[in-house]
Amino acid sequence: MAPLAGVEAATDAVAAVPAAPMSYWRTVGWRLGRDRTTLAAGGGLLVIVLAALLAPWLAPYDPSAGSIRLRLAWPGTPGHWLGTDEQGRDMLSRLLWGGRMTLVAGLTPVLVAFVVGSALGIAAGFVGRTTSTLIMRTMDIFYAFPSVLLAIAISGALGPGLANTLISLSIVFIPRVVRVAESATVQVKGLEYIAAARVSGAGMGAIVRHHLLANVLGPILVFASTQVSLSIILAAGLSFLGLGVTPPAAEWGLMLNTLRQSIYVNALVPALPGLAIFATSMAFNLLSDGLRDAMEVRG
Amino acid sequence: MWVYVGRRLLLAIPTLLGASVIVFAMVHLAPGDPIAAVMPAESSAAEIEATKRAYGFDRPLPVQYLVWLQRVAQGDLGRSIATRRPVILDVRDALANSLVLALSSSLLAFVVGIALGLLSAFRQGRLLDKLCAALAVIGVSVPHYWAGIILIIVFSVQLNWLPAMGAADDPGLLPFLRHIALPTVALALIPLGVITRVVRSAALDILNQEFVTALRAKGLAARRVFVHVLKNSAPQILTVLGLQFGFQLGGSVLVESVFSWPGTGYLLNLAIFQRDIPVLQGVILVLATFFVLLNLAVDLLQTLIDPRIARH
Amino acid sequence: MTAPLLRARGLTKHFPLRGGLLGRTRAWVHAVDGVSFDVNAGETLGIVGESGCGKSTLARLLLRLVDPDAGTVTFEGEDVLRASPSRMKRLRRDLQLVFQDPYASLNPRLPIEDAVAFSLLVHGTPRGEARERARALLGHVGLDPRMHGRRYAHELSGGQRQRVNIARALVLDPRLLVLDEPVSALDKSVQAQVLNLLQDLKAERALTYVLISHDLNVIEYVSDRVLVMYLGEVVETGSAEALAESPRHPYTQALFASAPSMDPDRRMDRPPIAGDPPNPIDPPSGCRFRTRCPFAMPRCAEAPPPFVSVDPGHEVACYLYELTPAARG
Repeated sequence: MAPLAGVEAATDAVAAVPAAPMSYWRTVGWRLGRDRTTLAAGGGLLVIVLAALLAPWLAPYDPSAGSIRLRLAWPGTPGHWLGTDEQGRDMLSRLLWGGRMTLVAGLTPVLVAFVVGSALGIAAGFVGRTTSTLIMRTMDIFYAFPSVLLAIAISGALGPGLANTLISLSIVFIPRVVRVAESATVQVKGLEYIAAARVSGAGMGAIVRHHLLANVLGPILVFASTQVSLSIILAAGLSFLGLGVTPPAAEWGLMLNTLRQSIYVNALVPALPGLAIFATSMAFNLLSDGLRDAMEVRG
Repeated sequence: MWVYVGRRLLLAIPTLLGASVIVFAMVHLAPGDPIAAVMPAESSAAEIEATKRAYGFDRPLPVQYLVWLQRVAQGDLGRSIATRRPVILDVRDALANSLVLALSSSLLAFVVGIALGLLSAFRQGRLLDKLCAALAVIGVSVPHYWAGIILIIVFSVQLNWLPAMGAADDPGLLPFLRHIALPTVALALIPLGVITRVVRSAALDILNQEFVTALRAKGLAARRVFVHVLKNSAPQILTVLGLQFGFQLGGSVLVESVFSWPGTGYLLNLAIFQRDIPVLQGVILVLATFFVLLNLAVDLLQTLIDPRIARH
Repeated sequence: MTAPLLRARGLTKHFPLRGGLLGRTRAWVHAVDGVSFDVNAGETLGIVGESGCGKSTLARLLLRLVDPDAGTVTFEGEDVLRASPSRMKRLRRDLQLVFQDPYASLNPRLPIEDAVAFSLLVHGTPRGEARERARALLGHVGLDPRMHGRRYAHELSGGQRQRVNIARALVLDPRLLVLDEPVSALDKSVQAQVLNLLQDLKAERALTYVLISHDLNVIEYVSDRVLVMYLGEVVETGSAEALAESPRHPYTQALFASAPSMDPDRRMDRPPIAGDPPNPIDPPSGCRFRTRCPFAMPRCAEAPPPFVSVDPGHEVACYLYELTPAARG
């Protein structure tokens, strides 16, 4: 259809066609690519994750095999670059295999919380007053506990083991995600383009799918990314207390616990698992910081 | 405003009740017979029968909960499986010790955190800001139990300056300070990082508001701007202070076990190791109650500072 | 005379104000109270009033975005408010709304041609065809789809965004368009462009408009008939000329008199209306305008004045024009 006779084409303000306009996510990616700190953190994280994934091929020894003769060898000992633990097991191998456990225990609860929490939070924000009150007040109850305590309470009751750890940590993080999701949803819901979609005849499902999700998942994702480092610290912490992964499995928190007594003999080896936790946690924090900065809506 | 206070108080009650339900459920979540969770394995049949009736294990679940709740309200938190002592006594002593540690660590984290945060905000973009920001990220990322171990390695094992374990045996201020120094630092690291970041962000938000720029352009003394920023970021800062204090009460579990500090965390650790569920329940319930009341106090304090919040 | 296209009767909407300890309802906001009017096919009905008079709520009531507490809305004889979901979806094609805020009414994550095409997708048009029709319509309202089609809302100016909104409203081929302050957020120069566009579209597609605005100039420019609202109620209706020439209700008179003018002869020394608009939470009893009316009489406080016909097609709700019992007979 040609423009109506007499209708001036709207050429005001915006200049002649620039390069293809960038969609929001591409802008985010572009911004991330120019942030050196974030790139470095991402690179470091990639190394850690790959090392953990490839542990079966990279580890020089069986992580559970040790000989008491070689116990607490210092890093730099030929054959054992990073030394051995109190049972003579190779530290490098245990660190690599331990990374898998820690990463799984750290990432899975946040992923679960992201999915479940988003669903609950969006429902609370979008559906109606009764649903909202029900969901939000239930979450408030979990907020009565500091995260560490809640994790201990649930793990303490369920018992040790990786599965129980995942369950209890998921329960710790879900209420937090729900709060952020509900808040974001309520904010978007009041905007007029949602009303416009309803006027077009769209049902609730179509509105959520096409209009709400894209605008709400961003902030939720940023928040979830900030929780990963805490999840890793908590998961390792639970193992440290004897509630998470059980021996003889290799897990950084557990290793920290069993090596604790040995600090008087060999000060360096016990520091290594904690260093690994620290490095991973820091990488996630820097990454999530960068993500938050890149996703900030401007203009 | 008093309506808001009343409403907050009212809201705290179902939260506490809900928390108590969760704690109560712990016994029944544990695999196995609940009675095994509260009684030592070698108890006589008579003892088991007596406990069963006292706890009401043969009655329906909601009734059990009410029975338990009633006992809790009267101060009876059950008996430790390991020591047979009433839980309430152990928890009381431990709580005192934990509070001391949490307070000292909070003091450190708050003072340094706020100072660094404000410093960062007022020197935004300069080297000092980047340094403080880096420190903050490190603080937030470090596992505090590991930091405790490192501190022990450096200051106790290698340098032999400070003791590694427990509360002081000798009375007196100096031994007390020597013993509390390392745990305080270890526990303060994460809150320090969080507080620095939040304070920096809150202060920056205010500093970047247009009317502040206008005020500064007009030559308003730096001190007045500073006071203004402080007053306006106070609510946000208060919230995070309250949250972090709660975190320290809970997070002390890990630090206390590293340093064998005889607080609630140490008690919890022991209870976990020994599967002593009554102690677990007692400690968690007391801590959770504390946390809820703490949040309530922070909320009310905020309302006093900024009445706008009350217009909910 | 053919039946009106849209008929509203007794529309009422009160919003609860919650407060107090348990969140009980403490008071009610009387947003819309007993509003009735007809819209004939092919005309433009202008609804004018100050902020807070309930115009936007009325727009949402007409389109069933909000459920009224009382009243009916009929479109071509069919009850809009009781329509079944499937019937309602069909009705949505005929009744559309153009929103006030050109920025907030567009999804920032969608390119504008997708935003326009969405309405078609909802009603089952295949994706390719929907996009084609959207692009064509964008061109028709003055936005070249080759240049602007894949742009995002934040890359367009206010006037351009409003054109997108208009395109989105028109893509379903509606019969009646409700426009809630369509040009209020735009610069004056752009306002004229958009208003002209609306006029041309109306002629081309035989549309019917209900245009809501607080700006009297806009209302005068496009309306055939005008409805004046005050604090949730209708106070006067009539043709645009009749109201401009001889406004009867004191509020209407004040509205027309207070339009700022560059003509030195028409400048005023005193503002025609005194005081602030009262609170819709606790409206005055009887005639709601009486607290600011220079002609208020004691009986204005007793009961709301009924509508009186001063001329054919021109009605006023004011005791000043009450017919004597003899004339009414």
